Amino acid sequence: MTIAEISPGLTLIAGSLLIPLLPGRLRSAYLVLLPLLGLFHLSQLTAGDFGVVQFIGQQLVTLRVDRWSMVFGWIFMIATLISAIYALHVRSPLQATAGFLYAGSAIGAVFAGDLMTLFVYWELTAITSVFLVWAGGNRQTAFKAGMRYLIMQIASGMLLFFGALIQWNATGSLAFNHIGLDAPGGWLIFLAFGIKCAFPFLHNWLQDAYPEASEVGTVFLSAFTTKLAVYALARGFAGTELLIPIGALMTAFPIFYAVIENDLRKVLAYSLNNQLGFMVVGIGIGTELALNGTAAHAFTHILYKALLFMSMGAVLYRVGTVKGSELGGLYKSMPLTTVFCIIGAASISGVPLFSGFVSKSMIVSAAGYEAYVFTWAVLLFASAGVFHHSGIKIPYFAFFAHDSGKRCKEAPMNMLVAMGIAAFLCIGIGVMPGPLYALLPYPVDYAPYTASHVLAQLQLLMFSALAFSVLMWTRIYPPELRSVNLDFDWAYRVAGMEAVKSFRLALTETRAGLGEAIKARRLAIADILVRHRRPEGMLMRSWPTGSMALWVMVMLLANLALYYLK
Amino acid sequence: MNAPHPNETPRWLDRAENVRKIYYSVWIACGLLLLAELFIDKHGEVEIEHFFGFHGFYGLIACVVLVLAAKLLRCVLIRPENYYDDR
Repeated sequence: MTIAEISPGLTLIAGSLLIPLLPGRLRSAYLVLLPLLGLFHLSQLTAGDFGVVQFIGQQLVTLRVDRWSMVFGWIFMIATLISAIYALHVRSPLQATAGFLYAGSAIGAVFAGDLMTLFVYWELTAITSVFLVWAGGNRQTAFKAGMRYLIMQIASGMLLFFGALIQWNATGSLAFNHIGLDAPGGWLIFLAFGIKCAFPFLHNWLQDAYPEASEVGTVFLSAFTTKLAVYALARGFAGTELLIPIGALMTAFPIFYAVIENDLRKVLAYSLNNQLGFMVVGIGIGTELALNGTAAHAFTHILYKALLFMSMGAVLYRVGTVKGSELGGLYKSMPLTTVFCIIGAASISGVPLFSGFVSKSMIVSAAGYEAYVFTWAVLLFASAGVFHHSGIKIPYFAFFAHDSGKRCKEAPMNMLVAMGIAAFLCIGIGVMPGPLYALLPYPVDYAPYTASHVLAQLQLLMFSALAFSVLMWTRIYPPELRSVNLDFDWAYRVAGMEAVKSFRLALTETRAGLGEAIKARRLAIADILVRHRRPEGMLMRSWPTGSMALWVMVMLLANLALYYLK
Repeated sequence: MNAPHPNETPRWLDRAENVRKIYYSVWIACGLLLLAELFIDKHGEVEIEHFFGFHGFYGLIACVVLVLAAKLLRCVLIRPENYYDDR
């Protein structure tokens, strides 16, 4: 068996087991070498199905190499490398080990050729990543948020498992190809992917858990879970029209929350949700341009989202908070982090020459070409909105705005290197999209840099900036306040809890009442029991045989009558 | 402005007139981008994109609506920071 027949996910998973055993310096070197080894492993793969295992009469394909799995494999491995460098300052090996197991599981999942292998890796991503949430600074809230996160992720895995069993039962195959909603088990699998992809009303685990994770944890988390779901949706449900309204809703409604949210990492979680919406729309449209756009956007998104989370993580690490109401003026202390954050912000906003521009345009154009005019208008609204809250709000409130008087050191060197690599790739892809386009699942016939398109995008962004400036200047813009804003998770964190509490109260009261009633009537009850059981009581006295025969005859006659009636 | 750090030299951005310069340059940039449309043939996939300055005005209105709507939404949704912890 050569390296080209083993899933590159296993390289990371097996390799991560050594991490806790290595001492300080050696471990740091190993953390950088392992993803580099993974990148080499990826370069050795050739198209086809490998690593076939026989299991309960089924062929499980542990390594399916095609253009879809490769593009996600590459970006996941690059994200692992960047996250690993970003984590080098952490002394304890726990987060790095969990992070590598998590990344390896996600990579294993994108190379899975059947639903059972996918399920195993799917659940592994959940179990390994929750440790990154639990590593968060506020132990108590992080633990609770981690539990809620874990429940949702495991539920998603269970739905996938049952969906896979139904498909197996109906078709005799566990292969993971196009599924569609009409397929047996299709809805269950759709829902499983939907939870992990943070569909509307299934999304709260994201905004709940990611801001609670450690500064390193959120960087790992932002790359894998949701993009694995995007990959799975693209493979299983491309062209499912229901995804278009779902995706459009995802692009639009989180941005309202992002405007009023105070925790800047939560703002980024909302904007992550909004960016997923673009990809989901692309999958729903399902043309080659749209699917290419989804793959390209997942690729660029992982880089700029990691960059933004890294810059906020650096602020959290140095200042101890990322609340907009507490920050401001940090450009004086952290100039490099500021520059990197602005590069990430420009990329997510789709400023020409930055990565978001060359990927998001494909999806928006595809919506226009296929005459989904309403969806197109929503995507344009969301593009302006994302510039507003991620492009301007994040760097503005953290690094500029009103000087908070806080002074700190620049981010540690390893963080700066990690941010530098991500920033370099964001600009590189934006300036030279060719290499990325060459990786995409289908041949690309799309030119992002036409004069007309660049002008349109610049107008959209500059006028959005004007709106922000005017609203700030006139003090209409809502100030950052120390607060939380209710989202759909209120339904289970408060309403659901209250319902459970009152149900439990009602149950206790009923049981107590029943006990009282029995106690009050115990003499009467005992009397009845005794009356029926003493000699000559109804249950104890002997019956004549004749009456028995009579009743048997009645029953037989009734049977006969029923038989004729039928 | 920098009361706790009296020994720092004030930065360029600390002066109010420079912030004003930035504010007005945003206005000027928007004006220039509208002017540019006279020289560049803007065409798109959707009919409405051909209106003069469509993307600019759409972005402006979208963001103002977004912020005002979010501000209203906050009146309903806002809770104290420890809202969930106290349960």
